[in-house]
Amino acid sequence: MAIYTKEEARRIMEKALSFSSADACEVNLNGSESGNIRYARNTVSTSGHRSNQTLVVQSNFGNKSGTATIDEFDDASLEKVVKRAEELAKLSPENPEFMAPLGPQTYAESKTFSEATAKITPEFRAEVADSSIGPASSKDVTAAGFLNDSAGFSAMMNSNGLFAYNKSTSVNFTVTMRTNDGTGSGWVTRDLNDVSKFDAVEASNVAIDKAVMSREAKAIEPGKYTVILEPAASIGLLQNMFGSFNARTADEGRSFMSKEGGGTKLGEKIVDERVNIYSDPQHPEVPTATWNGAGQALKKMNWIENGVVKNLAYGRFWAKEKGVDPVPFPSNGIMDGGDASLEDLIKSTKKGILVTRLWYIRGVDPQTLLYTGLTRDGTFYIENGKIKHPVKNFRFNESPIIMLNNLETLGQQVRINGNLIPYMKIRDFTFTSLSDAV
Amino acid sequence: MKRRDFIQYAGLGAGALMMPSLLMGNNIPVEALLDPGMDVLTKKILADVALNTAKSAGATYADARIGRYLNQFVFTREDKVQNVVNTESFGIGVRVIANGTWGFASTNNVTDEGIKKATLQAVAIAKANSKIQKVPVKLAPVASHGEVSWKTPITKDFKNVPVSEKVDLLLTANAAAMENGANFVNSGLFMVNEQKYFASTEGSYIDQDVHRIWPTFGVTAVDRSAGKFKSRQAMSAPMGMGYEYMDGLASEKIAGPEGLNLYRNSYDIIEDAKLAAKQAKEKLTAKSVDAGKYDLVLEPNHLGLTIHESVGHPLELDRVLGYEANYAGTSFATLDKWETKNFKYGSELVNLVADKTQVGSLGAVGYDDEGVKTKQWDLVRNGILTNYQAIRDQVHMIGQNESHGCCYAQSWNDVQFQRMPNVSLEPGTEKYSIDDMIKDVDKGIYIAGRGSYSIDQQRYNFQFGGTVFYEIKDGKIVGMLDDVAYQSNTQEFWNSCTKICDKDDYRVFGSFFDGKGQPPQVSAVSHGSSTTRFNDVNVINTGRTI
Repeated sequence: MAIYTKEEARRIMEKALSFSSADACEVNLNGSESGNIRYARNTVSTSGHRSNQTLVVQSNFGNKSGTATIDEFDDASLEKVVKRAEELAKLSPENPEFMAPLGPQTYAESKTFSEATAKITPEFRAEVADSSIGPASSKDVTAAGFLNDSAGFSAMMNSNGLFAYNKSTSVNFTVTMRTNDGTGSGWVTRDLNDVSKFDAVEASNVAIDKAVMSREAKAIEPGKYTVILEPAASIGLLQNMFGSFNARTADEGRSFMSKEGGGTKLGEKIVDERVNIYSDPQHPEVPTATWNGAGQALKKMNWIENGVVKNLAYGRFWAKEKGVDPVPFPSNGIMDGGDASLEDLIKSTKKGILVTRLWYIRGVDPQTLLYTGLTRDGTFYIENGKIKHPVKNFRFNESPIIMLNNLETLGQQVRINGNLIPYMKIRDFTFTSLSDAV
Repeated sequence: MKRRDFIQYAGLGAGALMMPSLLMGNNIPVEALLDPGMDVLTKKILADVALNTAKSAGATYADARIGRYLNQFVFTREDKVQNVVNTESFGIGVRVIANGTWGFASTNNVTDEGIKKATLQAVAIAKANSKIQKVPVKLAPVASHGEVSWKTPITKDFKNVPVSEKVDLLLTANAAAMENGANFVNSGLFMVNEQKYFASTEGSYIDQDVHRIWPTFGVTAVDRSAGKFKSRQAMSAPMGMGYEYMDGLASEKIAGPEGLNLYRNSYDIIEDAKLAAKQAKEKLTAKSVDAGKYDLVLEPNHLGLTIHESVGHPLELDRVLGYEANYAGTSFATLDKWETKNFKYGSELVNLVADKTQVGSLGAVGYDDEGVKTKQWDLVRNGILTNYQAIRDQVHMIGQNESHGCCYAQSWNDVQFQRMPNVSLEPGTEKYSIDDMIKDVDKGIYIAGRGSYSIDQQRYNFQFGGTVFYEIKDGKIVGMLDDVAYQSNTQEFWNSCTKICDKDDYRVFGSFFDGKGQPPQVSAVSHGSSTTRFNDVNVINTGRTI
């Protein structure tokens, strides 16, 4: 059993710390049980089960630190791993940026664990595959999918009195449906903490419908188009944008957040004033642990408010250098949405493109946050409020900053990869070439 | 080491995203790297426990991989060492066929009891999944090799080189960059040793010792008043070599245009760091490219990634057949095109070979991870598509009865599957130098080093950047360019290939962390070529104002 209770975890970590003779010692204890099934060509291809448990020990003498890891927790093993970390610390070079472990912290509660998910069996996974393959074969469609579920815990403790514990579960499901004539493709993703909210048939049917609808796509000229981005399409660009919310690289002048002539864009309006993005580990739809691996408490934090940059993330060392409070990186991203459903957004569009997802997104220029990539698995032309026909996929070259400045309408929010992101209608989205890929 | 730290320290490029999975091992003291590990006889006895247990439980085939994976990574920035990581991972993975279906399980409890338990779990998974399996697994025959071994031919084992020597080398390179005008420099040294033992019910017991190394850095120059910054990455390649790659031998250096130093089987990191700083500064004021059609002269450390994405991936048979449809995608290079025996993948000059034996390459091993002896084979000959990359359970689907020997798992606890071998462009047969590529170009761009890369899920449409770009006018390089990316279609691009340098210019590019599969696994692969010209390629300007 790799999932320890709070008290079991506390006992193991207290024992480990009792062997420490370093200036300070910090231990992180994690364990998880995960299982997966993979299918393709309408049949199962591989499946597996994995059980992991790890204790990471970091010891320091002054600003020399060493880290050692072990997966056995008897007294002799605990003593061995602590001694190893200490030996490594003594041998390691000085690190002027080392920060001593934090003292006691207070953390809020967050509901991240579901019994139903923790009880998933190999038979359940096979049923999910079967209930995805069944509807596909009946519609002349081929399914390729992947289900991964995990239940685990994280805990930490240090010699300065800090203690943290969290239990969590997750389910991730994706399936690609391709029509057997090779001209249509659809895709869907679902991620949840609680598997009882998961409906494999419903999800699979979304992908099947997209596959069937996207057959015989027509080519239209690349250029600037009004687009409706499903949350699965915008999330890749938004996540890349979050990566630049780092105070240190901004201060160093090597980030989109750096300002001409020095300083940063903190406090400046960078996108449309209707854009509000925050993080909140206690949000009931996208709960996460309320602390990070360094023991810092995670709280609700505004990043963009009314289009203005409200916070940049400061690591502990950089915060000390700059004389400010540390701001940990967020564990999720929540973007405020509106009331419009996807259907409403389509109805209100005279001419535009509906995008299911963006694929193979790569940075082109970090200076402007320019990214390239392609549409995939369901791209449709909209005319006079209706989906007119599928279109061939496009390559885009676009910056999320330009995208959020060209905001037309915010729609309803959807959970995607642990974040809450709205449907968005964007004008003048830049498609630079056509792709023959289905 | 904590994962978040690793990701933070390893901010060395897009490949970094795949790295954490290599760190599933335990951190160990540097001395422990020198421990020889379990002896071959013990491994054989333990592997036989798995094979015998599997057969008794009803499996018709079984293989066992006992793996010890040793990694050492060193990270620095400017004058500081950020981290030195030593990890070890040891365990056994057992793969079986029961009721015509694959099953796999693994354990780090490498004892009779632990192995039996994992093997029975693998058989149970196979039997459970066989209920929804439609077509039974069919394996191509393989030779029984008996007890054999293979080792990467290295002359300096990284494990015998003191960490202080590696740290000093990186800090000296960093200092060289800073003295030459860099504002920031991050450098890293990745060293990997896979000690793999393979046994199967086909009668092979194979012991292999595989080494890889990758020195790399990123140099950044900043102009605060203009609010601009530019980076230049290292011109090194990850290699299937030992620490001797760091010797910086003059004999392995090729002089490129505009003072560029290009490296074959030996790398001078200090010299490259100096030049990188100067070039990063030069990029701050380089001319922004005019979009349009250009003849492109592509240096091997750049062209390697284009080969990887537009030839390596689309010719993976599992992709072609749809097994990767839900993740990486499928392929434009469908079986019906191949079956015509006349599909023009490229111009007549284009010969692309797959290879698992090339000395110094990342893909080189004696035997793959299902016990098939490795070899070289053609993918494209005189421009025509001739073959794919396939392993034992899929090669029969293209009417062949011999695996190509390109099966790989990143660790003992991951199941092996088809992975890309080295895929390389053969050098030209006529004697041409880099200057010969440039001198008859009226309007062109010379591109060196890897940059931004993106390609669609069937590998038709791609867009590539690079590390440094030089404008060619009337047969001469006239200055540096910036904001360059080229967009093309795979078949059009390879058919626009007009001239290839000879073997004297041949060298390999490598990808240390190529990702594939669900859950994703990394593998390392090289791509060789000589400097090559492609005519009339569409170039876009990537500059924007925000």
